[in-house]
Amino acid sequence: MELLKPELGLIIWTTIILLSLIFILTKFAWKPILKGLNDREKTIAEALNTAEKTKLEMAAMKSQHEALLNEARQERSLILKEAKDMKDAIIGEARDKAKSEGAKMIEEAKREIDNQKMAAIIEVKNAAGNLVLEVSEKILRRELNSKDEQVKYINTLIEQSKLN
Amino acid sequence: MCEYLCATKKRVIALKVLKFKLFITIFLLSIFSVPAVSIAQENNSANQSENLVPNEPKKEDGKFNAKKVILEHISDSHEWHFFSYPSDDGYKSVALPLPCILYSKAVGFSFFMFNHLEEGAIDGYKLNAEHHIERADGAGFYDLSITKNVAAMLISSILLIWLFRTAAKGYGARPNQAPTGMQNLMEVLVSFVRDEAAKPFLGKKTDKYLPYLLTVFFFIWINNMLGLLPGGANVTGNIAVTTTLALFTFILILTGSRKHYWMHILNPPGIPFGVKLILVPVEILGIVTKPFALLIRLFANMTAGHLIVLSFLSMIFIFGQMSPIAGGGISIFSIAFSTFIYLLEMLVCALQAYIFTMLSSVFISEAIAGGHDHEEHAAEEHH
Repeated sequence: MELLKPELGLIIWTTIILLSLIFILTKFAWKPILKGLNDREKTIAEALNTAEKTKLEMAAMKSQHEALLNEARQERSLILKEAKDMKDAIIGEARDKAKSEGAKMIEEAKREIDNQKMAAIIEVKNAAGNLVLEVSEKILRRELNSKDEQVKYINTLIEQSKLN
Repeated sequence: MCEYLCATKKRVIALKVLKFKLFITIFLLSIFSVPAVSIAQENNSANQSENLVPNEPKKEDGKFNAKKVILEHISDSHEWHFFSYPSDDGYKSVALPLPCILYSKAVGFSFFMFNHLEEGAIDGYKLNAEHHIERADGAGFYDLSITKNVAAMLISSILLIWLFRTAAKGYGARPNQAPTGMQNLMEVLVSFVRDEAAKPFLGKKTDKYLPYLLTVFFFIWINNMLGLLPGGANVTGNIAVTTTLALFTFILILTGSRKHYWMHILNPPGIPFGVKLILVPVEILGIVTKPFALLIRLFANMTAGHLIVLSFLSMIFIFGQMSPIAGGGISIFSIAFSTFIYLLEMLVCALQAYIFTMLSSVFISEAIAGGHDHEEHAAEEHH
């Protein structure tokens, strides 16, 4: 039963040791450790919050970026379309112009040809007139005796003019 | 809810361990009582036959007395005994003498080393037959000596301060970074006590009581563990130490207690008057029985563990004295069992420290709870 009797001396020493241990450990160990733990927990929580926020921001930025990209794409297709239209218009215009120019040139050529033709015809007419005049002159100059001779002579004249 | 279940489970395990230990203790004591009786009988017969064979009593000194050995191992002492060896004039022990600080009305304070007392009386103090200090005039005195347990507590305190000082330095050196080394090891334990033994019960008041709970947890644990070492002192298996620990908790309960706590004890609400007559005295007793259970639980667990290990080992010598073959045979069984108990004790060391800390915080939380807080707490539990 010796075991069950608490000794006063030991109680006093235990009290002293425990009190000083509580004091020393609180000051030098528990406070810094618990503060460090709390601080780290806070830091981690903050870091997680920030990460979450950043994630959201990133998502927002991404959608913004996407919208921008879409806009750019639309603009590009618009520009391309416009360019194509313009090209088509230019080409059409050029074609029309070429066509009208060609037509004009043809017209002019035709007119020229006509003019030339008319000039030629006039020349031919003049030549024919001169020829007739010459022939008539020769005929008139020769005073033809007979009818036969007259015809023969006209034919030679004609043949001569032909030879010309 | 789960926390509560876990805690109950742990308590059930602790109870089972305690029951198991009690069973083995009773079993062993019943075994030992047989040789003890037979030794006593032998003593008698030796005394009776003293006249016939005068040489016989000399041999008696060499007999192995399990009860004496075990009790010496688990009780406090003025010297730190390591081992004894036989020599020509009986057994010589190798022990570290510890300083004695004694006070008596006649001579006031006396300081001397314990081994000096063996050479002769000092200041009227002398050793009695059981190697205990006694006053020559038979008067009472106060013994404030640095005994084996006090020395062991001082060593463990220095160890604790060193361990946690080392751990705490890490927070200053590397703030808000991952813990390393000692810091890493201790941090797990500190946050375990904070999150498992303090916060679930104390809630917002955790910070106020946490330094005490942490100190008590690690003080009990390290002393439990050092007590398991061969030659270690059985500090937490000493009733004076556990009494002091329980007194600390008791004082915190009383100083922290609020009106709500006392009203629940003196005038429990919603209970008929007839039942109150029975319940109130029980509740009043409960104020004391709670810390008393704390002190008995720790003391009984640690003492029982030491008793079992020592008893198993003592069996080797008891049987060895009957015949060397029996001793050799029993040693296999003894060593196997004491190793098993030793491993179990390592678990019990941590478990008892945890239970003491957790129950302390439960009792404190009951005392500091106000009616309003209580409802809040209940509401939290429902979530």
